[in-house]
Amino acid sequence: MKWLAFVVFAAFLLFAAYEIHPFGELDDSRMDDYIIENAQNETAANNVVTSVVFDYRGYDTLGEATVLFTAIAGALVVLRRVKK
Amino acid sequence: MKDEGMSVIVTTIAALIFPAIMIFSFYVIMHGHLTPGGGFQGGAIGASAIVMLIVAYGAKNVKKKVSDENLSIFESIGGLVFVVVGLLGFLAASTFLYNFLVGEPLFGTIPPFGSNSGILNSGGILPILNIAVGMKVIGGLASVVLVMALAGGDEE
Repeated sequence: MKWLAFVVFAAFLLFAAYEIHPFGELDDSRMDDYIIENAQNETAANNVVTSVVFDYRGYDTLGEATVLFTAIAGALVVLRRVKK
Repeated sequence: MKDEGMSVIVTTIAALIFPAIMIFSFYVIMHGHLTPGGGFQGGAIGASAIVMLIVAYGAKNVKKKVSDENLSIFESIGGLVFVVVGLLGFLAASTFLYNFLVGEPLFGTIPPFGSNSGILNSGGILPILNIAVGMKVIGGLASVVLVMALAGGDEE
């Protein structure tokens, strides 16, 4: 039974690798073109990666910061020494 | 070698290069909207500088100068600044995290289109968010490493 699951999963991976589009040739590049055209005017920043991370996808960065905050809060709760 | 730190050579070199690493960290954070890098990366550099001090001097000696409580407060201020700047987008415009500083005198200069070396006084709210995230990462990583270093060993 294990090898059957392995074969099915490997076939899925091979199919996905066969179906993937060639590198650099997107099926649909509307969003890329929009960001490249408008990022400098809309966010006034030259680094388009930062524009995407902090502006277009700023909510995602807030979640990322929340994950970091939660992880550190958990580690501090476990490890911090409390004065007796 | 219990909490005494390392030799005088190591502590001297660490004290010499600590300001340089912190300046580099601040540079990476402040130029996050112009060059590769940003809040997370610059914060990791600054936290590694504090980790270097912890390794060289020993955790107890570092805790006398910078306590982990203060680092946690520093981190929380960074997170609060991020959320408050995001909420200000509701007041200034319609949506959360709206880039309401574009066109304003502070951080609002719109750069020319295409490749250019950039203006530091640009980016809208991006530099503020980068600084907030940098504070978060410096405080968080440094405090967690400091607390882990203090947790080892026997209680006196």
